[in-house]
Amino acid sequence: MTTIRIQTADFDLSTELANIRKDNPRIGAVASFVGVVRDLNDGSSVSGMTLEHYPGMTEKALADIATEASSRWEVLGCTIIHRVGPLKPLDQIVLVIVASGHRGDAFAACEFIMDFLKTQAPFWKKEATPDGDRWVEARDSDDAAAARWTR
Amino acid sequence: MKILYLARLREALGQAEEQVAPPASVTTVAQLLDWLRQRGGAYAEELAENKRFRVAVNHTVAQPDTIVSAQDEVAIFPPVTGG
Repeated sequence: MTTIRIQTADFDLSTELANIRKDNPRIGAVASFVGVVRDLNDGSSVSGMTLEHYPGMTEKALADIATEASSRWEVLGCTIIHRVGPLKPLDQIVLVIVASGHRGDAFAACEFIMDFLKTQAPFWKKEATPDGDRWVEARDSDDAAAARWTR
Repeated sequence: MKILYLARLREALGQAEEQVAPPASVTTVAQLLDWLRQRGGAYAEELAENKRFRVAVNHTVAQPDTIVSAQDEVAIFPPVTGG
């Protein structure tokens, strides 16, 4: 079961963990990742950010990433939630949960999904800094992280 | 054909979307980009060969040789920065 949501509202990790495990005794491991807004980036203090996406393509891109993960590992459940709109430091941005029979598949699939989300899913961040608003630049280190999974 | 410009490119080009009718000789993404660059100004600058941007056709990431036609939704956007 795959759940994909793009939303302005916050999410609750405990609720989502309970949902993915519900009534499935085959699940033996659940790995999760939560991305959070920091107050510092590229040497500037960040007072907030606005996340924008490409409605229509975003959902498809995330579904494709989840499908690819399921083809590589045993994935018994997958939840991807990404927030959009205005966010401030300490806010949660993104949640990825993968449920599997065993921890190896859950850890690997969760990291794979995050690496591809960061490089393939059409989201963009605009940060508010003391010098004004600026669009966040893509990082080569994120491309390198995704390239590790190439086969 | 509908073209969407997203994030920084929307601001740099001053519009979020437009309907275009390129000549029949434009059949690929690369040819569409060449045609847009011929407008000059911000289009020539932002869509220059050495600039980093991506193109999607009908919600799927496209390559220079991807075919485009009149009914397509084409999106042009900067490298993504979510997560």
